Order: sequence, then structure tokens, then C-alpha cells
Amino acid sequence: MAINIDSKIPEGPVAEKWSNYKAHQRLVNPKNKLKLDVIVVGTGLAGASAAASLGEMGFNVLNFCIQDSPRRAHSIAAQGGINAAKNYQNDGDSVYRLFYDTVKGGDYRAREANVYRLAEVSNSIIDQCVAQGVPFAREYGGTLANRSFGGAQVSRTFYAKGQTGQQLLLGAYSSLSAQVQAGKVKLFTRYEMEDLVIVDGHARGIIAKNLVTGELERFTANAVVIATGGYGNAYFLSTNAMGCNCTAAIQCYRKGAMMANPSYVQIHPTCIPVHGDNQSKLTLMSESLRNDGRIWVPKKLEDAKALQAGTKYGWDIPEEDRDYYLERRYPAFGNLVPRDVASRAAKERCDKGFGVNNTGLAVYLDFSESIQRLGLDIVLQRYGNLFDMYEEITDVNPGEKRATVNGVDYYNPMMIFPAIHYTMGGIWVDYELQTSIPGLFAIGECNFSDHGANRLGASALMQGLADGYFVLPYTIQNYLADQAIWPKISTDAPEFAEVEKATEARIQKLMNIKGKRSVDSIHKELGHICWEYIGMGRTKEGLEKGIELLKGIRKEFETNLFIPGDRMGLNVELDKAIHLDDFITMGSLMAHDALSREESCGGHFREEHQTEEGEAKRDDANFFYVGCWKYEGSDDATPTLIKEPLEYEAIKVQTRNYKN
Amino acid sequence: MANISFTVKFWKQNGPKDAGHFDSHELKNIPDDTSFLEALDILNEELIAEGKEPFVFDHDCREGICGMCSLYINGTPHGKTERGATTCQLYVRKFKDGDVVTVEPWRSAGFPVIKDCMVDRTAFDKIIQAGGYTTVRTGAPQDANAILIPKPDADEAMDCASCIGCGACVAACKNGSAMLFVSSKVSQLALLPQGRVEAAKRAKAMVAKMDELGFGNCTNTRACEAVCPKCETIANIARLNREFIKAKLAD
Amino acid sequence: MWLCNSSIGRKVIMSVTGAALILFLTFHGCMNVVALFSESAYNQICKLLGSNWYAIVATMGLAALMALHVVYAFILTFQNRKARGNNKYAVTSKPAIVEWASQNMLVLGIIVALGLVLHLHDFWANMMWAEIIGAEGLQCPPTDGFGWIKFTFSNPVFVVLYLIWIAAIWMHLTHGFWSAMQTLGWSGHIWFNRWKCIGYVWSSVVMAMFAIVAIAFTFCPDCLGKCDGNVLPFIF
Repeated sequence: MAINIDSKIPEGPVAEKWSNYKAHQRLVNPKNKLKLDVIVVGTGLAGASAAASLGEMGFNVLNFCIQDSPRRAHSIAAQGGINAAKNYQNDGDSVYRLFYDTVKGGDYRAREANVYRLAEVSNSIIDQCVAQGVPFAREYGGTLANRSFGGAQVSRTFYAKGQTGQQLLLGAYSSLSAQVQAGKVKLFTRYEMEDLVIVDGHARGIIAKNLVTGELERFTANAVVIATGGYGNAYFLSTNAMGCNCTAAIQCYRKGAMMANPSYVQIHPTCIPVHGDNQSKLTLMSESLRNDGRIWVPKKLEDAKALQAGTKYGWDIPEEDRDYYLERRYPAFGNLVPRDVASRAAKERCDKGFGVNNTGLAVYLDFSESIQRLGLDIVLQRYGNLFDMYEEITDVNPGEKRATVNGVDYYNPMMIFPAIHYTMGGIWVDYELQTSIPGLFAIGECNFSDHGANRLGASALMQGLADGYFVLPYTIQNYLADQAIWPKISTDAPEFAEVEKATEARIQKLMNIKGKRSVDSIHKELGHICWEYIGMGRTKEGLEKGIELLKGIRKEFETNLFIPGDRMGLNVELDKAIHLDDFITMGSLMAHDALSREESCGGHFREEHQTEEGEAKRDDANFFYVGCWKYEGSDDATPTLIKEPLEYEAIKVQTRNYKN
Repeated sequence: MANISFTVKFWKQNGPKDAGHFDSHELKNIPDDTSFLEALDILNEELIAEGKEPFVFDHDCREGICGMCSLYINGTPHGKTERGATTCQLYVRKFKDGDVVTVEPWRSAGFPVIKDCMVDRTAFDKIIQAGGYTTVRTGAPQDANAILIPKPDADEAMDCASCIGCGACVAACKNGSAMLFVSSKVSQLALLPQGRVEAAKRAKAMVAKMDELGFGNCTNTRACEAVCPKCETIANIARLNREFIKAKLAD
Repeated sequence: MWLCNSSIGRKVIMSVTGAALILFLTFHGCMNVVALFSESAYNQICKLLGSNWYAIVATMGLAALMALHVVYAFILTFQNRKARGNNKYAVTSKPAIVEWASQNMLVLGIIVALGLVLHLHDFWANMMWAEIIGAEGLQCPPTDGFGWIKFTFSNPVFVVLYLIWIAAIWMHLTHGFWSAMQTLGWSGHIWFNRWKCIGYVWSSVVMAMFAIVAIAFTFCPDCLGKCDGNVLPFIF
């Protein structure tokens, strides 16, 4: 199979590329659209919006999701908001500024042309969503309200209470539902894509498992779009939903699609800490808490020991014995440093033994000072719902006063710890969002395209919807334009039979291991390895060890897995096992990429590559490229690195500085 | 923090036709900061260790927003939590040592059981497909600020739009009525100028689909709003009634 | 027809017939109170509502409303049971805001209907019906409503039965009143509480009027209705 590394970036200045592209691309005539089928896997923001838009254009869409309804996709959990360069606040925002902030926030590892296009279509997204009836927050005059978010000097984030992701997804879901009603989209819920079918080098269909009956079914189409989200659950504990997986993406990778920048994983600094071995999932607390909360650990190790043992509490530590380490290290930005910096600083303190909960893996986020300064009422107005949410989970109310020492009131501090949140890496796509397999497209979080090495807050929703509403429905036509002349591939074609047979064999192999361990117990072990060696701070030795340990996990999985129940029918454990198989492969991809990238940038921090003050040190001379990984025939074989050089023409590459 | 032991009595049912029965399992020394679903994860690990099939239930985001989790715990959909919350936001600390916790599926003709406590809620999708949207082409809209919406209307629409489609309203209703779900969507769009254009058509189509799918008639018992994890209220139902009657009278 | 084949339409029928019956009860209650003060005035009303054509037409209309209300109650209940499905919950717990009456309107309705049978037997059959068929040899003349009240409540068993009946109607109304408004769409965050309050006050006042007459005629039949009265000027 030919590996295509042409990113197909159109000619011309960055601001004109997208217009030029649209002006010159091939389109499919209305009659031919009716003859063309497109498979869209996933119903999150990207998948649902793409399926709805393609259906509306006239294509016949087959849309798949693993949940019981398209509305459940994990896009729904995004809280904060969605960016757009509307400049409704008259604070000097523009498409260029959004583009610039996104590239800089991504630590100069994203493709300029893609990011510019993202910023350019961002405004249409807001228009689209408002027309769908998304109830964005509004001012008294009836215009849309905005809030500010990290990494920007303007207020450009649109929001719907703390449920922006939910409302945007419901908007896309409603458009999708309209197309289902119109008969243009056929919905397959509780179906999981298990493999990709390639005919003559082109993606022509998928094999999907009906999760209720257990049967494998064949679906043929003229193009396949995958919108299956990120791979954060390789870490077992993450803010991802329980069902999030990378099976479809890894199958595409095994079939020849390259995986790009898998080591770029975003770790969110304000999550509720892990409470024990039984924990299944981490909950994110909004980043906005850092506006008024102060992050600290004790200065003295003996205090930390006492906190860990439960003999002392946060409010017992006097002001002078507290180490507000972010304010100490980054006087200019203090508690508001970007996500990656805040996360690493917390890890550094906990590694030194200053963690404050029973596991030693938590830091305090304290509102005592702001409550004293602003009054409890104002703090509750701003963060009341977050305090409630924290109390619901931990049974601790951060608004409760615990002690008064020398006239200073001390309130219950929150405990937080970083957690895996988002994966910037993913399937390699060109400017058209087409992968290295012709006819296979990847959109949303599951591609690598727009965030570089770090994603800014409120940009994930923007990218998902940009891809689904405004980019893919155009670019896919450039591919589909000449597809109408080919006869439709029958699902009886030998290629389908072959892939289905291979999938069945893979499932049978898992069912027949008949070992002793449950899927979750092995997954937890995988998670520990990923977190330990491919987590926040990575080293050459650690990564090499991680790769070895992953081989061990693979062996354990292949020899000691136990799946109860039958092959047919609904078998949750079997489905989890398939996911785990692919998470292990993903883990090793992340490790290989992290090992080869001998620099620190964004979410990827190599401890060998830091400044004297412990800051990330990029190496633009040697690593100014997208790391694309090509499958080499077996999961154990080391994948091959292919580099796609980055070319910047509009933006000057600089070092990020948050100290002064 | 303390550890407690309690017995889970959980519903097993192999498909919609099976009669179904309860199984019991004792969970020992569970830390009380464990979430109830994590306790069920432990239950499943123990079942698997015994070579048995795990207890099947729907769950996904585990932060109360996706609407997937759907367990009827000790007589209340999503279990008794202090504030509006879903099953995944219920914690073991809400139970006492030695409790028997009965876990059942949503029981309603509109939601047939798939397996154990996993039910089929595609009826909700069908109702939305009947008209729960504004008809708008991608890329066609005017500028977002060209439609001015008074803040109180936008806020009220937001509250109606918070519905997560979990189906607790149907599960709690002695009539198996889906009115709170339907009315929340109808209300959201009826309150906004973008949705007004198709308001009459929408109300009629969604109610017709709801009736066709066999959901019951609303008798205003308020059981739905009492258990709604997103605090939707029957004011939405009144609005739906208004929209529907107006639409029919206009015909 | 949407009133029959849509769930909201069927509920509208329940609401409209229910609301009309509430109005009837209100009128009936007011009329009864007259008996406390003036025997002559009360009997004047009874005569007016005797076997005159308009009274008969109104009674038939009332019967039709009642029949519709009952028939739809059974249709709705049947459909609702079907929608609920055959599997019952092993454990149930009633949320605090759910009123018992709201979940037992059919049971209350059946009690009300049984009471109605008793009531029709005691009064209507002896009055309007007796007049129509020209029955003779009764305890009191058909137009002597006052006498019939006295006679009926001289038996303490009837008093207890009537008080139970009145209590059941009260419960039925406290839910039915706001529920009707809710179904007709005349409700919301604010009006819900208003209707609920109005409904409680209204049904309590109306049912108190009935209860007072029953109790007063039990304990002190001879001290009532002593005023001379003429209601005709108020009516015409």
C-alpha cells in the first residue's frame, strides 16, 4: 500500500488557502450525490454534524454509534464553551488572532493552514448553532454573551451554562434527527466498527458488530469517515467516558492509516483526585476555579506526612507553612499558567512527597483567601455549582469554615490532581481530512490536525464542529467527485468476506484464551504503566521500560484473559476486551512517539529536555515536524516513523514564557 | 471515611421475552467514597472471578451528563440523591452498613429490557426525529446576533434544554408517560424565535409520535419532576399542552 | 378528531368535563346552604329545578358530562396501565411532592361515583324523577327538598356515608382542579402554585358547604330554615 505523505495544503497566502481550495475543488453534482453512500462512524460533535450535513446535501449516510442514542457521545461532557472569532465584545478579536492563539497554545506544532481554516469557519459554527436553537448565554439586550478562557487576551468563548458540549451536541443531534426523518441518514445505534474494508486500495466499507446480538455485519459505501474520539482511556483513568475507545482508529492504523503525534496527550490540572483502586473514572472540575483559588502544598515534609496520615487537616497548616508553588515559580501568571505547566508542577510537588491526601497524590486548591477578600456570597455566585459538584463527589463542602487562626478564617480546601483529558494526537490526515488510505477520512478528536502539542480550552468543540459542518462536507466531495462512475461494491465481495472472517477469528481468539483475569484488572495495570512511564514527565529510560512492560501486558492479555459469557448476544466483557487489545497497541505507539521526540513541547514533556528552571525546552531545529507512525504488519513490531515537516509562513515560532 | 458492607439485589433478565429474576450479592468493606456504579464494578469483578456473567447496566460518562445510566435503586430512578443527580452520581456513603439495595431496570412498556438493567430507549430518538429540531441547512443561517433573544427567554430555554434524555421521567411515571421529555424539547424550541416558525407542527408531530410509540397519558402526578436529574418541571408540560391545543384549534 | 385520538386531547376532555362538574358542584353547594337559613327559599329552588324542561335538559347535559368523564377515566387508565407494562417494581417509594390523590384519581372517582348512586337514590329519585313519573305515596312531596334533607340525615349511617363521600370528592378536586388547568395549558412556574392554592381554597369551601348542611341537619334539624325567604328576585 502506498503511503502518501502529501498534506495537500493549497497554494497561496494562509488567509486565502481555504477560499482558494473551495473555489477550485471538485464538486459532486446533485444527481450523483443520490447515488453515493458515506459511512460515518461516531455521533459526537464531529460525527453527528458531518452525517447531518452530508445527508442534507443529498448523500446517503450510514451513521454508527456504540451508545443507545447518538446524543450520548462524550462531546456532551464538555463544560466550558466554544471559541469563535466573532469579536462581539469589541475587544480586538479577529480570525488571525484566534489562529495565532491556537498555534501558540499548541506550542507551534500544528499545521498553520489547518488552524487558519479552523479560525475562519469558527464564526459560521456559532451562526449554525444559534439557528438550531442552541440556548447560548445572552446579555440583557438579547445579544450573545462571551467569557474569557485560558491562553487568550480576548473574550471569545460562547457558552451555555456549564453544559456547552451538551447543547452543541444536542444541536447536531437534532439536525441529524431531521435527516434520519428525511430518510437521508440511516442510524445504527449499539453498533461498533470492528474493521475497515479496503478494496483496490480504497476504503469501501466497514465490518461492524451489533452489540446487542453480537453478530458481525458488513456495510459498504463510497467513503468512510471515522469520528470516534480520542484514546485517553488507554490510561484507564481519565476524564473520558467509560465507553470511549480507540478500536476503530487502531484498526484503521493497522490497515495502513498513519497515526500522528500519539504522544501529545493533554493532562488537565484540576480534576478530583483518585480516591482508591476501585475508581473507574476521573471527574474534571472547571479550570475557572483557578481564577480565585490558590494552589498549595505544605512547605514542611512532616506536615505533608501528617496530612497523608490523616492526623492533620489543611486548615491546621498556618499560612507561613504553605507553599503556593505556582505563585512562587511563576510570579507573572501565578495560578493561571497553562494546563500543561500547572499539571507538571503539581506532579513535581507530589513526587517530592508533598501530596496532601491519603495516596499522596493531590494538592490543595484553597478559597480561604478569596472568601475573606470577596465574601462567601460572591465566591458562591461564581463557583457555587462547582462547590456543589465537589461536595457531591467528595462529601466536603469548600464553602465551610473550619478554623480561625489569628483572625484569619480557614475554609475546607479542595483537593485536586491532574488527569488525562484530551488527546491531541490521532490519525494523520491531510488538508482534506483524508487519511493515508484513500476514501478514509478522520474528523474531530480522532484526527491529529489542529491543536499541535497542546489544546486550548474551548477549542475542542470548535474543531469537532468545524470538521463536521464546514470542512469535511466540502473536502470529501473532492474525493467523491469521480466515485459515482464506479459500480457499487457488494458486501458479498471477497474483500468483505475476508475482513469479516479475520474479525471473527480475532474475537474467537479472545474468547478462547480462557485465562483467569478480568479485562478491567489488566486494563488498570495498563493504565498504571501508561501513567507512570508515558504520563506527565517522560524520560528515555522510562519510555524504554514502558515499552518492555507493555509487551508484558500484551502477553498477559493474550494468555491470561478471561471473558465470561458467550460469543453471541450482548457481551460487555468481550467488547471491553477488544478495546483493551487496541489500547495496548495505542500505549506502545504513544511510547514510541514520546521516545523519538527528544524535546519537550506542549503536552509532551521529556525530563531530559528542560531549562534550568524546569520549563519545557522545544527543539525546533530537529523536531519541527509531525511524527507519523506507520504500522509494520504486527502489533509487536516497531512502527516506522515518517516525518511531515511543518512549514510556517504567517507566524514566527517563539518560546512560550509564563514567568514575566 | 469508613467502609461499609451491603447486599445488592439486582435484576437479571436475558432479553425482552425472559421473565427475569433477582440475584443477590454481598459487597464487603466498600469504602464509602466509592460511587455506586464503582461498587457495581466491584460486584462484577467478583462475579467474573466466580466465572459468572457480569450484571449488565448502561453507563458511560459517569459525570451525570450523558444520560446513559438508568438504574432504579430502592424505589427511585437514579436512587435518592440530595440534589438532582443521575445514577453515576450516587455514592456508597448514602447507604448504611447492612442495607439491602434493590436495583431494577426502568420498567415501562416503552423501554423494553435488552439485558438485565439495560433497556432500549430508542423510542426517545424516534420522538426527536418526528420534529425535535429546527429545519436549517448547514451554512445557511444569518449572523448569530441578528436574532435577539431576551435573556429570561434564553435562560428558560436553557433550563428546558438541559434534559439528558435518560428516561427517569418515564420510569417514575405510573402511566409510563413521556410528557416531561417531550415537553422539555418542545418548550426549548417554542421559547426561542428560531423555533417558533415550526412550533405548531413540532408539537403535533412529537405528541403523535409519542402516542404512537405507546407512552401513556399524563395525569399530572408530578412523579417525573420529582425524580428528574436535571430538574425539569411540569411547567414544560403545561407549555406543551398549550402549544398542542393552540395548534389543534388553529387547524 | 384530536380530542379522542391524541393523549393531550383525551386529557382535555377530562379537564373540560371535570371543570364543568366543579362549577356544577359549586352551584349545588350554594343552593344547599340556602336550606340552612330558609326552608321556603330552598323549596322554591327545588321547585324551579324540578321537572321543568330546562331543568331536565340541564340534568341530561350534566349526566352526559359525567358519563364522558367516567368513560374517559377508564379509557385513560386502561391505556396508562398498558403503557406501564406488565413488570412491576419490587420496591417503590413515593417522592414527597407527589400527592396521594394524584395517583389515585380513579379510586377516588369510583368512591365518588358510588356516593353519587346513593345520592341519586336518596334525593334525585325522590324529587325530579318522582315528579317526572308522577310517583305517589312518598315520605315527602317531590318539591319539598327541605323535607328530604331532614329525612335523609335523620339516619346517622347516611351522615357518615355522605361525609366520606364529601371527603373523597374533596381529595378528587384538590388534584383535579389544578390538574385541569395544567392540562389546558394555563399553568407555569407561577400559575401552578396559584392554581393549586385556588383549587384548595375552592374545593374546601365548596365541600365545606356540603358538609355543613349534612352535619347541621343531623344535629339540629329543627332549628334550621326558619327565615322567610324568596330567591326568585335573585334569579330573575
